[in-house]
Amino acid sequence: MKMTKLLMTTTALTLAAGVSFAQDMESPVAGEPMADDLTFVSWGGAYQNSQQQAYVVPYLEMNPDVSISWDERSAEAVANLRAMFEADNVTWDLVDVVASDAIRLCDEGLAMEVDHDEILAPAPDGTPASEDFGDLIVSDCYIPQIVYSTTFGYRTDVEAWGDNVPQDVCAVFDLETFPGQRSLERRPINNMEWALLCDGVAKEDIYDVLETEEGVQQAFAKLDTIKDQVVWWNAGADTPQLLADGEIVMGSTYNGRLFSAIVEQDQPIEMLWDAQVFDLDGWIIPADLPEERLNRVLDFLWFATDTQRLADQAAYISYGPARASSAPLVGTHAELGVEMAPHMPTAPENSQNIFVYNYEWWADYRDDLDAQFQAWLAQ
Amino acid sequence: MTDAAASPDKITGPTPDTAIRDAERADGPMVAADGRPLKQSLNRALRRQKMRALALIAPLLLFILLTFLIPIGQMLFRSVENQIVTDTLPRTVVSISDWDAAGGEPPSQEVFADFARDLTLAAEQRMHTRLGSRLNYEQPGISSLFRQAGRGMTDMGEEVMESLVAAEPAWEEAQTWVDLFGTPDWQAENADWLVLKDEGGMRFSIPPPEFEFRPEAREALPRTADAFADFELFSRVDDIESVAEETPWPLVHVSLAEDLAANPGAVEAFDGETRARLEAVLPVAEAEMPFDYRAAFAEMDEDWLEVSFWETLQTFSTPFTSGYFLTAADRKLTADGVQMVPEDQRIYGTLFLRTMVMSLGITLSCILLGYPVAWLLANLPLRTANVLMILVLLPFWTSLLVRTSAWKVLLQQQGVINDLLVWLNIISDANRLVLINNQTGTIIAMTHILLPFMILPLYSVMKTIPPSYLRAAKSLGATNWTAFWRVYFPQSVPGIGAGSILVFILAIGYYITPEIVGGTRGVFISNRIAFHISTSLNWGLAAALGTILLALVLVLYWLYDRIVGIDNVKLGG
Repeated sequence: MKMTKLLMTTTALTLAAGVSFAQDMESPVAGEPMADDLTFVSWGGAYQNSQQQAYVVPYLEMNPDVSISWDERSAEAVANLRAMFEADNVTWDLVDVVASDAIRLCDEGLAMEVDHDEILAPAPDGTPASEDFGDLIVSDCYIPQIVYSTTFGYRTDVEAWGDNVPQDVCAVFDLETFPGQRSLERRPINNMEWALLCDGVAKEDIYDVLETEEGVQQAFAKLDTIKDQVVWWNAGADTPQLLADGEIVMGSTYNGRLFSAIVEQDQPIEMLWDAQVFDLDGWIIPADLPEERLNRVLDFLWFATDTQRLADQAAYISYGPARASSAPLVGTHAELGVEMAPHMPTAPENSQNIFVYNYEWWADYRDDLDAQFQAWLAQ
Repeated sequence: MTDAAASPDKITGPTPDTAIRDAERADGPMVAADGRPLKQSLNRALRRQKMRALALIAPLLLFILLTFLIPIGQMLFRSVENQIVTDTLPRTVVSISDWDAAGGEPPSQEVFADFARDLTLAAEQRMHTRLGSRLNYEQPGISSLFRQAGRGMTDMGEEVMESLVAAEPAWEEAQTWVDLFGTPDWQAENADWLVLKDEGGMRFSIPPPEFEFRPEAREALPRTADAFADFELFSRVDDIESVAEETPWPLVHVSLAEDLAANPGAVEAFDGETRARLEAVLPVAEAEMPFDYRAAFAEMDEDWLEVSFWETLQTFSTPFTSGYFLTAADRKLTADGVQMVPEDQRIYGTLFLRTMVMSLGITLSCILLGYPVAWLLANLPLRTANVLMILVLLPFWTSLLVRTSAWKVLLQQQGVINDLLVWLNIISDANRLVLINNQTGTIIAMTHILLPFMILPLYSVMKTIPPSYLRAAKSLGATNWTAFWRVYFPQSVPGIGAGSILVFILAIGYYITPEIVGGTRGVFISNRIAFHISTSLNWGLAAALGTILLALVLVLYWLYDRIVGIDNVKLGG
């Protein structure tokens, strides 16, 4: 026990001079019996790698007996967890999901409700976790890690555009100035909001309008104007690939994907940060974990969600840390040495005009609108 | 083998079958060597044989049952199951059955009272959000209504509780309630348990003893006892706490006030301190009652008074429902019976039709492309045929995703095929072909992926057709075409049948390939099933869609059997 504490303190000191307060504190379960084999669930790819590098590798250095395996099934986490609970055999210990899925897991009683101030480390200046994460704690079960955004990228070499450069999100609906195919996600979420926004609906009224039948028709009518120029995507990697191949001239996707296409692969693509839609990614703990596994998970979480660790993750991927206190600590890209802060969706110059996505509203209306959306697509 | 043995009817001596009949016909029971009646003894021998046979196939039978039939059955069962409503709101579904939505008024106070109690227990057990998601499939907006209620229910009736406590502070004590209802035996048992719990520490998990009501108390205060029983059940089972440790929910206090206001004489059933406590709150109870449940719900959210919500609840209050199947047929169960959903929401009919038509198209193009290849394979010298065979099998060994993604690169507008056509000046740069993200894309990619399933059965059947038949036909004067069409082709039909069944059934269940190359108009019903399984989590609807798909396949299979004959299907020589 003393050894662990010592190691913890030294690692904290070497990793981040100046950050001392949080790391000096022990996790609330220190000293309790803990399981050594854990299964984490994430999305695979660059994102999971950033978690591995920023959280897991340093944690394993402090706890050499622990082994952590990854399951890359976050996309179907809710369905899989539900099936596991029905079979009464939950094999996952910590699951990375987006906010809307966390709300549903919490609703279904499949995720454990947590007291954020009790299980998460305070910020280095002593601010309790719940204040440090602030509004991003959208559910009692949810421990946010990063903020990402869904936004547009466009090609910089389209001849037909002349000297025009897309300035705002409504360029997507402007086929005269910006001809060419564009890509949108094959689901109503975000598209309906952008359509209404560009049809003159005020940002704060969008969900009220969308709740009415006329509002839905208005959004579809706006989308109709570009329908035959749209390629609909399902996977986040589609848009960067389509942009790089020149299949489309602009398209929506996650900002981290565009970052890799622009900075890492050096494609002629530019970001359009206007009306970007923030979303979250974070952990949930499956409900009713056996005590030893739960202790290990809590011990890991205390470490992996502290201010420094969240800031470290930004060295591997361009997603903003969910803690307010992490933002000043964001450094450079681990391999390219690029300053990461300007590529964060949360950076002040990028987030001048953001759109706040209403999770609860979509939890209610998603199924219904999805049916209408699919019917509209099939017309 | 002799003729006699081949036809058992001609045997003159007793056989296992006839012996029983003979034995019955005889005057007395025929007796076996060990003195038992022959009939019994024979039956036993037969049974033993059957058991032995069964034991031999038992592992396989069990395996199929456990891994195939039961899961499928369970999944299909979900398409009609709706017990969550009756299980979560047992009292409400009974009292709402008399309510008439046509009146345009929300249900009576009694229904709201039952609903308040059901929902309080559900909220404490965290079942209310699950019920909310279930009902949200039928009417959007219900899930957040239920989610908010989780917080609201714990406070409902708090004013009543406060005024009761103001009149007699003892009603805030858990012990007062235990004294009111608990038998002395139970109290003693519970005291022992509390000591155990104190020693047990944090990881103590033995539930407290089940509560025992004093019969006369229960009779005097029926509503209160009912509400208290809910609270007790929750504390004991979900919280692993004794009711002696925590004050009941405010709604239990409301029930007490209701009981006392309705029947002030109830206090006479009690004596001593308890009676004094009840008498102390009697005037308050009368003043506070009746409790306005409707207003209490309206305070949480006005939408609780919406007639449409109660209509939905009433319509879906049965333990089994046809709702999912109706949704799968683009219909909707409403209070006025079954109706079509608005035109802009009808998708499933189109998707089923599209799945069938496109699968048929894929099967046909597989036959057209696969037949010549199989013919070549069957007629080339072995060495060359083997090389060709490897080419056919190679895609089989490549990941499905890789093959599908490769088609993307080939077919897209800036892709290899279009580039080539433009370079050859066959099409102009402005009119590049749209080959992907539509039905063409799905048909091309799926034909390629399913082609081996057509070639292999065709090949194995063609391999068995002697080449001498064709030569004989030609030597008798048939043209090449006649020889092929009249002699060779009819013999290869079983292979076409087998290949078609394989390809068609695989095709209607495909969803990964259509998802990637199908765009919006080339996706299948399976894509919707996958969506409901993993994204919308509406497993009931997914099960209903799956059931319909299964039924369609069985019907087509039956039709095929009637038209072509299932005996005409050959997978190998």
